[in-house]
Amino acid sequence: MKEDVSDKTYLNPDERLAEQKKKNAPLHVLLSGILFENPALVLVLGTCPLLAITTTAQNAFFMGLAVIFVQVGSEVIISFVRKIIPDKVRIPAFITVIAGFVTIVQMLVSAYLPALNESLGIYIPLIVVNCIVLARAEAYASKKTVISSFFDGLGMGIGYAVALFLMGAVREILGNGTFFGMGLPLFGTVIEPMMFFILPPGGFFVYGIWICLTQIFMKRLNRFLGKKAPEKPEIGGCEACGGCSGCGGSQGGTV
Amino acid sequence: MKELMIILFSAILVDNFVLSKFLGICSFLGVSKNLKTAMGMSGAVILVMLASTALTWPIQIWLLDPLGLGYLQTLVFILVIAALVQMIEMVMKKTMPPLYNALGIFLPLITTNCAVLGVAILNITKSYTFTDSMVNALGGGLGYTLSLFLFSGVRRKVDKADVPEALKGLPITLIAASLVAVSFFGFKGLVENLFR
Repeated sequence: MKEDVSDKTYLNPDERLAEQKKKNAPLHVLLSGILFENPALVLVLGTCPLLAITTTAQNAFFMGLAVIFVQVGSEVIISFVRKIIPDKVRIPAFITVIAGFVTIVQMLVSAYLPALNESLGIYIPLIVVNCIVLARAEAYASKKTVISSFFDGLGMGIGYAVALFLMGAVREILGNGTFFGMGLPLFGTVIEPMMFFILPPGGFFVYGIWICLTQIFMKRLNRFLGKKAPEKPEIGGCEACGGCSGCGGSQGGTV
Repeated sequence: MKELMIILFSAILVDNFVLSKFLGICSFLGVSKNLKTAMGMSGAVILVMLASTALTWPIQIWLLDPLGLGYLQTLVFILVIAALVQMIEMVMKKTMPPLYNALGIFLPLITTNCAVLGVAILNITKSYTFTDSMVNALGGGLGYTLSLFLFSGVRRKVDKADVPEALKGLPITLIAASLVAVSFFGFKGLVENLFR
């Protein structure tokens, strides 16, 4: 069964779903979101905020919390109402639910953390169009029970938050010589801060390096676990954003 | 006029939507493999950006703000954009088949392109006038086109290059994107000085 999972089917949410059917244990779902199917580092979804707001570890941390909240909330609600929503309007319905949760986050952040609201800017409302959230709503929550959707949302959210945090930590330490705004030994004095990592090009660079390290790590891990290594994430068409099979395509599109 | 030129050129060169604001990265990495699809996608993005700005700006200023419903912005904008994209697709299919053949398949993918929602929200947060907003949308679309055009050229070379096994595929593509983004830093300060 494992041998049939070629590159193409691996990226296809439906195939993945069929493979996952047996493995619905909460722990497995949670772990696959954080590690084996890490949305940012393995599936390469939701790249925009990942590159934009990870200039400091603090921004990355709070953005991670916001995404976890939206991901868990929307998956639970969508799974809860999945039998009521007519098939044809499911994508607009999902988007409405997600937008509702994003609005809650926006209001909470602007009320309690105004400084954060400034630095995250438009990237909070842009969680609505984050591929991960819609992709998981379509591929997972619209077919599964509320409980497994909750764990899937939690796993995916934490996985994304971990990736955000890794990006933010590296970029802040190398680019600014601090960590969560605090000074570090060596960095900032002996090792001079490298502006490059704070600037946009540094985002692309650090992300590239993290994906590379993840691929090496996953290969080792799979060898250790005696599994066949999954193919590299291939970027092509809009399939790169797995959400599109659900979002754009099924909205009446031809792709 | 001067302000409009500043907005236009800032959006294209200095604050490039893809390389400096990181909007529309998914499609940037996805469709830049091939120049023809890249240009099709860009055309569709410019069209939808202009149309959605023309629609969302009046909705925000004349409908949501007077009614005190500003907090519904995200929800309303994304639904408006989704509906608009569907409508453009249908109208185009009926009235302009050649254009539909060129851009049509890209349209459904644009609803979740963050550049489109991004430009609509940015216009409001920067409190642009209607003309400013339209120019900003045009600049954003042209900037997207420029970066896709350049990057699809870079990728043709990168895909053929001999790189270490672990960097193959996505990592090297991202590092190449990083270098393209560095080149855009050459434009810093250009716009302010050009139109002084």
